[in-house]
This record gives sequence, C-alpha cells and structure tokens, in this order.
Amino acid sequence: MDFTLSKKHEMARQLFKDFAETEVKPLAQEVDETEHFPMDTVKKMGQYGFMGIPIPKEYGGQGCDILSYVMCVEELSKVCGTTGVIVSAHTSLCADPILTYGTEEQKKKYLPDLASGKKIGAFGLTEPGAGTDAQGVQTKAVLDGEEWVLNGSKCFITNGEVADIYIIIAYTDVIEDKRGRKVKKFSAFIVEKGTPGFSFGTKEKKMGIRGSSTYELIFQDCRIPKDALLGPQGKGFPIAMHTLDGGRIGIASQALGLAEGALERTIEYTKERKQFGRSISAQQNTQFQLADMATKVEAAKNLVYKAAMKKQQFAEGQKVSYSVEAAMAKLYAAEVAMEVTTKAVQLHGGYGYIREYDVERMMRDAKITEIYEGTSEVQRMVISGSLLK
Amino acid sequence: MKIVVCVKQVPDTKGGVKFNPDGTLDRGAMLAIMNPDDKAGLEAALRLKDEYGAEVTVLTMGLPKAEEVLREAMAMGADKGILVTDRVLGGADTWATSTTLAGALRNLEYDLIITGRQAIDGDTAQVGPQISEHLDLPVISYAKDIKIEGDSVVVERQYDDRYHILKAKMPCLITALSELNEPRYMTPGGIFDAYDAEITVWGRKDLKDVDDANLGLAGSPTKIAKASDKVRKGAGEKVELDADESVAYIMGKLKEKHVI
Repeated sequence: MDFTLSKKHEMARQLFKDFAETEVKPLAQEVDETEHFPMDTVKKMGQYGFMGIPIPKEYGGQGCDILSYVMCVEELSKVCGTTGVIVSAHTSLCADPILTYGTEEQKKKYLPDLASGKKIGAFGLTEPGAGTDAQGVQTKAVLDGEEWVLNGSKCFITNGEVADIYIIIAYTDVIEDKRGRKVKKFSAFIVEKGTPGFSFGTKEKKMGIRGSSTYELIFQDCRIPKDALLGPQGKGFPIAMHTLDGGRIGIASQALGLAEGALERTIEYTKERKQFGRSISAQQNTQFQLADMATKVEAAKNLVYKAAMKKQQFAEGQKVSYSVEAAMAKLYAAEVAMEVTTKAVQLHGGYGYIREYDVERMMRDAKITEIYEGTSEVQRMVISGSLLK
Repeated sequence: MKIVVCVKQVPDTKGGVKFNPDGTLDRGAMLAIMNPDDKAGLEAALRLKDEYGAEVTVLTMGLPKAEEVLREAMAMGADKGILVTDRVLGGADTWATSTTLAGALRNLEYDLIITGRQAIDGDTAQVGPQISEHLDLPVISYAKDIKIEGDSVVVERQYDDRYHILKAKMPCLITALSELNEPRYMTPGGIFDAYDAEITVWGRKDLKDVDDANLGLAGSPTKIAKASDKVRKGAGEKVELDADESVAYIMGKLKEKHVI
C-alpha cells in the first residue's frame, strides 16, 4: 500500500491551493458576513475546469479522477467552506447522477454546461416532513400524456436559487408490500430552472456556509417532458441513495478542509501569541492539543482519500460499493472538523470568538457537515447496517 | 505560427533566499517554481495561440527535475516540452546557457522565441539577448505588450518612465516582463494530460553547431566570487491628496524621519 501522492496529484493540489489562496481566501470573510453567493468565483472555477473535474472529457469535463475532485473541495474548504460546498453539491449531487444514470442524450445535453460552470447544479430530496425518512416525501410526479406533472416542495436545497439544473426526487407510484403496507416508489427527474410551475420559496438564514444559496423549491403543476426522467421509473430511491454516497465523499472533503484550515491558522496563531513572556505554542497544553488535532486530521484524510479511491474503482467500471467507506469518511471527518475547529477557537482565546478571525467562521461552517447529506446518526446506521446484515 | 518559449526552474525567493555555508544557493531548502518572467512569456505565447492559432513549445535546460516546469507549462496549454539535460552542461553561466539553448533551438522551427527578461535566481537578463545573437535574430527586450501584424511583431518595450513601440519582422526573439500579463492557472485535466504526455529529452549530442569549449562550467567565463540576497526596497506608500495637503503630508513625513 502506497500513501504517496503521484506527481500529477501533487501538482493538482498545488493548483487548487494557489487558486484557493489567491481567488477564494480574500473573499471568504465578506461572503460569510454578507451571505453573498460568490458567483464570480464560481465562473472563474468553471473557466479553469473545477466544476467538472471527474466528468469525462467527451462530455466537456476534465477527465480527472475522484481524488483530484476531493482535493479540490478540500483545498477550497481550507479557506472557505461556502465555496467548497458549492463545488461539492454541483458535482456530486447533480453532475454525477446524470453521468451515472443519464441517457446518452441527457449526458450530452447537460454535462458540458455543468462541467464548464456555465450552468450550476443542485439536488432536491429533503422536504419539510422528510429528511432521513425518505418515505415522508410528499412531492409527487404524475405522467400526463407526454409530460410529468410535479407537485410538492423541497427544502434546504444547496445552490437552490443559483442553480440551473436540478435533480428532483418525487414519488411516482404507491404499491403494497408483502405485509400489505403502502410503500411509495420514487423516481428521479431532471428539472430546469425557468420551467413554468417551478419557483423558489424562502432563503434560509444559516449558522454557517452563509454564502451558499440554500432555498426552498416549490413545484405547482410543474410540467416537464417525459424524457426528463433520470434512470428507470421507480428507481429514484436507490438513485438518490447512491448519489448521496458520492455526495458524502464531497462533504467529507469539505469537513477535512475546514479542519485542516483551522489547524493551520491555530499553528500560526499559537506561535505568535505571547502570554507569560513566551509564545503559547511553548505551553505543553497547546502542543498536546495541536498533536491531537493533527493526528485526527490525518486519520480523517486517510478515510476520505480511501473512500475517493473506492469510488474511483466504481467509476472505472468495477462492481464495488463505496457506501460504507463514504459513510465512515463523512462521519469521522465531520466530527473531526467540529472538534478541531472548536479547539482552534479555544486556542485562539477571546480572538477566536471574534468574527474577523477565520476560525470563528470555520467552527460555524463545520457544524453543518455533521448534519447535511445524512446526519452523523445516519452514517452510523449505514455503517452498522453493513456490520449486522 | 510556431512559438518557442524558454523557461527556467528557479528557487522561489518569495520567502527569502537560503544559502549553503559555501555561499551557493541552497536549492533543496527552497520551493522550485517556474521563473515569473518566463511564465509571463509563456502566457503571452498562449494568448497569441488563443488569438491567432499557434503551436507553443516550451524549452528548458536544467536538471532532470526541471521537467516539472515543462509539465506545468503544458498543463497551462503549451503543446510540447523539451528538456535539455546533461552532466556536461552543469554549472553553466549565461554564455554557456545561451549557447546550449541556441544549440537546441537550431533543431526547431520557430517564428517567435520568447524568453523571460531575467531569472529571479540570477537577475542577469543576459540569456535572451545572447540567444538572439547566437541565432542572428532581432531581439526586443522588456516587452510589456505583444501584437502580431502580418509577418511582424509590434511590441511595447518598457523603460522606467516610458515605453517604446518597436516592430520586428519574424523570426525574432522577445524577452518578457512579469508585468506583461497575469498568467492563467493550469487546469486539472491539463495536468493529467501533461503527465501522460512525452517530454522530449535532449543531451549534449543533440545540440546543433555548438563548441564544447562554450558549454557547462568549463565553458563559462563568469566566476562567482560571492552571492548574497538583494536588498529589497520597501513597498512605499501611496496617498491621494490635493496639492496643499500633499506638501503638508510630505513635510510631515520628512520631519518625522528627521530629514529636515
């Protein structure tokens, strides 16, 4: 087993790092303060291919591997959690299911614009009454001649209002299972912004990742073409779950980046900050805290990269599942992000609580990684489910 | 159009320069980067490629590790990379370097050769103009803007307080300033392609019409007695005030520094 990154991955990391430091970091505080979606940055990322890293070249993407994509989200999140999740939701939750389940026509229609960042992608599964429990989904799609008619709403949708292309999960059938219980059968659809009957509800005011556009989506007799169905009818639930497996690797990368960013700033700060006549990095408490933080970050990184490599095997056509690896990576990286950013604030003392210090924002940004795309509790369900089956 | 860009891998001097006890540069302790003026020259070539269509070849002389800057250039959009590396070429000063690069360039077709003005590890600004002498080409140094007009280039040459507009018939050589442009980033796909691509590697035997007496350490007339970091100027301060306020401000500063 070789833990050394290849030269091309090292160069890719350097690219993402340079871009993040030059283009993203200077805006991070303002993006957070003003809850401003960094559209100019997204367009620039599109220009340099960051919005289509794992998409094959034949569909206008960069043709790189999952590890490169993961490193991109990681490096962006080291300086700005908002920018990290924009790329993650766009790539993992919209482009990836189209690539995996789309017809050739759908891939040709949507992927080039997604890969170039000309269009932004989003994914809608969650509803007011359905988060972890997918059976609570109320959004319904009914086939009427050559069109599906969508009714319902989705909430907490990342890239909500800024996206152009949405993957929407709705139920298309209700069947009776073996015990006579009614069970909804779901399907996945590709919905374009501007479709009559598709509108936006409230913008959420969030604790962290405040520049990311989180909206409610509303469908009222929204008619979409019959061929907007993504994958087979009735297979929406496995498509959504598989999409979230990939999404979790993206969020795990965001969490990893937040933890690394907070650790880097804390190392710098504790070397500079003087108390009792010496820098606080000379105190054993600081040293031990930093050692623990760094060790956990490294462990999280190994889990995230391992999950990325497993997904890569899947992308290359091997019949492997990366569900458990993705769940472990997200569970651990998210909890490490929360722990490390909290310790980072503590080691910054009073300054850590002040908004002009990055660690304050990072701690707020970290919390969501334990919640979205499956809470930590859901990850534990996935992992234990594989142990006890 | 065929453009060859000469680039050099240099130690990054941004974080200060580190020396070995014998006074030579401690290259191992510093990050290796593409020389900034060369990167601007590459960007200029890539913009000409975008605008007029061109084949851009990057050429470097250095250790085998210098292939990294060729891969970087290709990840930005260059088409080909050529590395000239050979033990007998080591320790070269500007004369031996330009002789070597000219020997490599004689194997290539080109309309335009672009080099950086100077490298941040030597600051000589000699190699570009020397190559043009070896190849008997016109040279326009310190370019801050490059345009193509028919079979000629029109270049703004920067001076401290003004610029000259010069026109030269191609083939010719231009030396570029880092102020020329803001170089583009690489792309992730470009990086992957660059690592899949073949880099052409040439040694002494591949150099055309060069004399061994002009190569490597033995062929270098320059002898370095001592090296030191250059003294850096302060960043300065820019204020926007009207005339009276400006006078008062300057007088205040001069008094503060006990000049008057």
